[in-house]
Amino acid sequence: MREIAVIAFAQTKHSATDEGLTEPELILPVLDEVRERSGLRTFGFTCSGSCDYLAGAPFSFVSALDALGAWPPISESHVEMDAAWALYEAWVRLQHGDVDSALVYGFGKSSQGDLREIMTLQLDPYYLAPLGLDQVSFAALQATASGAERAELDEIVRRSRAAGRDNPYALDLPDPEGDAFEVEPLRPYDIAPVTDGAAAVVLAAGDLARELCERPAWIRGIAHRIDPHYLGMRDLARSASAAEAARAAGVGKGHVDVAELHVQFSHEEPILRRALELPDSTVVNPSGGPLAANPVMATGLIRIGEAARRITDGTAGRTVAHATGGPCLQHNLVTVMEG
Amino acid sequence: MPSDATTSPGSPEDLVADHVLEFPGGYTRTTGPVIGRFLTELRDGRIVGVRTADGRTLVPPLEYDPQTGEAVTGEFTEVGPAGTVESWSWVGEPRAGHPLDRPFAWALIRLDGADTSLVHAVDPGDARAMRRGLRVRPRWKSSRSGHITDIESFVPEVTKIVSPVRMEYRVRPGRALARFLEGVARGVFLGCRCGSCHKVYVPYRLSCPECGVAISEEVELPDTGTITTFAINNLPDPRAPQVPFVSAYILLDGSDIPMIALVGDVPAHEVRQGMRVRAVWVPEEERTASMSNIKWFAPTGEPDAEL
Repeated sequence: MREIAVIAFAQTKHSATDEGLTEPELILPVLDEVRERSGLRTFGFTCSGSCDYLAGAPFSFVSALDALGAWPPISESHVEMDAAWALYEAWVRLQHGDVDSALVYGFGKSSQGDLREIMTLQLDPYYLAPLGLDQVSFAALQATASGAERAELDEIVRRSRAAGRDNPYALDLPDPEGDAFEVEPLRPYDIAPVTDGAAAVVLAAGDLARELCERPAWIRGIAHRIDPHYLGMRDLARSASAAEAARAAGVGKGHVDVAELHVQFSHEEPILRRALELPDSTVVNPSGGPLAANPVMATGLIRIGEAARRITDGTAGRTVAHATGGPCLQHNLVTVMEG
Repeated sequence: MPSDATTSPGSPEDLVADHVLEFPGGYTRTTGPVIGRFLTELRDGRIVGVRTADGRTLVPPLEYDPQTGEAVTGEFTEVGPAGTVESWSWVGEPRAGHPLDRPFAWALIRLDGADTSLVHAVDPGDARAMRRGLRVRPRWKSSRSGHITDIESFVPEVTKIVSPVRMEYRVRPGRALARFLEGVARGVFLGCRCGSCHKVYVPYRLSCPECGVAISEEVELPDTGTITTFAINNLPDPRAPQVPFVSAYILLDGSDIPMIALVGDVPAHEVRQGMRVRAVWVPEEERTASMSNIKWFAPTGEPDAEL
């Protein structure tokens, strides 16, 4: 297996409201930032992750290419998934051995529509979507199934929001309070905030990574697994696919100093901690995680970027990033990085 | 995919347009034989599952077994219609796209005979009725088209009924109460003194419940007394003026046994043991031989009595 590392990461200062930027306008600053950090202007491969339904326009990701300078033609691809999977595709592409660098980015402006109902469109169109089952409703079904205690969830939100306030890129959200339900058992603060933002990562292989970066975050394991889509065909109290992906990526082969988990609802954190078998000594979501900033389609990539950053800045030796897609943690990607 | 773009006036920073993504008339999808069979049966008011090679029954049917990836068998089997709630969440404020316009639950329902759970809405009327293990059945739409929403929602199985009970009687008060009410009609509380134990009872009675002897001595009692104990009632009662109201034991001056009555003209939280009270009578011209002559007892303002 070829050695691949994250050598640069940048993200926007995420916003809870539409700041009036188009997607290319949102992306350009973070692309500039990773080009500058990595010292690369061109890349062997480029891959992005986004969702056309966020903007409600077909092929909206194509217009985002305007921020890239895609002429003369570049080798480019796109996933209609969180950009963490764009990074996975880039990692696979780099395994071919003919190119040494890749640019990965993701972006999303969920402020433009109703995210709860946009997420209904991802559901099976015969059995689930026609019911009008929205994102918070299916998450609440999983929250009940997981049996999470209210005090534990409150503490997860409190800790995540406090960490988010210390993170200049995340939103400033107050400590959780209030006893109203959004969809019982979930309270409004259990839900990741609507956020606009973007992120970019540069991957480099072997010697190029060593040359461009003092402390590359080497990807020692990366794997994704998926559960059946239909919610009634799986045990919602667990995430079997996250556990499988974690085993395949080798999470348990050493101590995990930091884990960045794609927790869009507070009850997902204990489910993922169990699936990844993280010990109490692992620091979870020191960035605040998605409960403090959730620029959909970039959120998973940001987990990889944040986990890599702990290695490139020398504060951690071994970190794990988790990204998810689909209803109720259906699809999970786990990345293990080391210094 | 039309856009309804209306641009608002103002500075360029304020420019905003409405944009709609829609497939007019809806998006047509073919069902294939497995989902098509399920939806066809649904239109006929039946719920079917499909058997997998290892004998499990998938509901709703899928074309491939999610555990093995193998094609399912062609064997369909009717399940339910009853099932058991495995997990649920509660929607307090339904959204426009939701199947019901009143609060309801989303639930994973294990239909009888199925090995997987169906996601659907449950309409129990009240969140307190929802629980894991609740038995539910489909409530079908009267006009069905072969769509998952042919089941409007699931509703709890019948576990209780309400039985109306009403009988009518004509009752007479008996001699003792009739005598007491004669007194009440003219604004007097009539009691009696036991010749054996000398206790004074009110309302008036013909025998002493302690000594078991007949009583003949009638006593007229004042309409003032002392509260010995009381209760604050938060459920409405047709005899009470409002909620909360106070019902109290009142020991009329000169009697040995307290009588139960309402307390009024005072906030409920100020009522206390030992409080001195006086009956508030309805105006003389409205009086009848009935306890409704006494509206309630109200504080006299005197110092509290020792009990």
